[in-house]
Amino acid sequence: MEAVGEFLRAYSTLFGGIGISCLLALSIWVTLYAGQLTLGNAAFMGVAAYTAALLTLKAQWPFPVALLAGAAAATALSLPLGLIVFRLRGVYLAIATLAFGEMVRIVILALPITGRGQGLNGIPPKTSVAAVAYVLARVRVSTLGRAWAAIREDELAAAANGIAVRRYTLAAFVIGAAVASWAGGLSAHQNFSIDPGQFGFSTAVQILVMAVVGGIPNVLGPLLGAALLTALPELLRFLREYRDIFQGAILILVIAYLPRGLITLFDLARTRRLMRIGQADVA
Amino acid sequence: MLLEIRRLTKRFGGVEAVADVDLSAESGSVLSLIGPNGAGKTTLVNCIAGQFLADGGVVGFRGEDITRLPPHERAKRGIARTFQGVRLFKGLSVLDNVLIGRHSRTRSDVVARIIPFGRADGAGDRDKAGELLHLVDLDSRHSELAGELSYGEQRRLEIARALAAEPSLLLLDEPAAGLNAAESARLRELVRALAGAGLAIVLIEHDVRLVMGVSERIAVLNFGRKIAEGTPREVQADPGVREAYLGVEDEAV
Repeated sequence: MEAVGEFLRAYSTLFGGIGISCLLALSIWVTLYAGQLTLGNAAFMGVAAYTAALLTLKAQWPFPVALLAGAAAATALSLPLGLIVFRLRGVYLAIATLAFGEMVRIVILALPITGRGQGLNGIPPKTSVAAVAYVLARVRVSTLGRAWAAIREDELAAAANGIAVRRYTLAAFVIGAAVASWAGGLSAHQNFSIDPGQFGFSTAVQILVMAVVGGIPNVLGPLLGAALLTALPELLRFLREYRDIFQGAILILVIAYLPRGLITLFDLARTRRLMRIGQADVA
Repeated sequence: MLLEIRRLTKRFGGVEAVADVDLSAESGSVLSLIGPNGAGKTTLVNCIAGQFLADGGVVGFRGEDITRLPPHERAKRGIARTFQGVRLFKGLSVLDNVLIGRHSRTRSDVVARIIPFGRADGAGDRDKAGELLHLVDLDSRHSELAGELSYGEQRRLEIARALAAEPSLLLLDEPAAGLNAAESARLRELVRALAGAGLAIVLIEHDVRLVMGVSERIAVLNFGRKIAEGTPREVQADPGVREAYLGVEDEAV
């Protein structure tokens, strides 16, 4: 028992990191499942992290309240942004959300208060991961998830069948932003310090890679991708130097041989069926 | 009249794809749109279902002006359609396709799904979808992917999906294209049965035998304009129609 406790303490940062990665991968899963490529989640994460950290540091708010307020602020920001960018499709949507991320980063850099979040032992992120994963898994099989799948498959046909495409993709965007914001608030308190670079371009791409490597067909995919890509470089120390190369190799291998993600390793029959009808690149 | 179109115009650049067309469709009857390729038939249907917004004129449905409404709002009001090239959700199951077609008649069950042990009762919708799949002879295919069906089956599934919303107006864009004779005959029965059940049907079709056999009225389009309208017999006898189709002037003129 003592050994287990020792192990958990030694790796608590790693587990925390995995938890946050899982949340981030889940956050982009929502939009990907609805067939929309958005790369703004790192920025929502950053806004939430800074808000939560500043509220704790400057206003002495208790951690849970600051976390909630940070997440709420970043989520609220996603709605007007979504209303603007969801006129766009495909690559243009991805670039517009990425541009928003850069704006956030620059604004943070320009503000006089650069946050230095103090560490707090609050809610362990693992709990949040389970709750968020459960909710999203249930949403996937609801009327909302079915509408997202329809939009992903064929937007025009979805609209002709009574689905308000803009409203539903916007909902996916805001829900994803909320999850990313939650992760951001947690990360600020876990990492002891934050800087704008943590929420920039490379994180935006990292979030996407975790979700795609794991797979989009269900919520276990992003969890697997996040856990794998976060844990492996930490556990296999000799890989740390080559983290990016290692990650690139995994991404290429997965896309080439398991286009629907690692999680579909147990679902190859369905992949074959989807490939035969030319639909394996979606979900 | 269920559907009343007045002076409808749709332009692409300088070309009037649909020009000043008046048209109406009533419940329980079949109106066919015929005309050469590029005559504006599909454009007209797109203006009715909302994929295109008309540049001029009015689309009235159940006495309401729906000219500017987006497609999902029109679907909610009872307009359903199929597409010329078949647009199914190919990677989803046959059953899911029909359930999505029922979207505007289905209550959101998100909350019931999230609450542990909550009751999300989609049984009624699944029963309805099952009936429709039975109607189009896809009984045993519920769990197949829509993209795995044969072309004829995909066309039938698309009709089932359109009917799932319990529409009052059904727009069929070349539903017989690519079907064999037996399938085409079966389609004719289905269209008549649906009209018999009270639906208004607007049918775009090149298969002349199908059109003549199934329609109460036929409207003929050419270069975006309506050049004739009447019963199948009247339209067949119209010299202008013959000219549009055969491209020769009537010798008597």
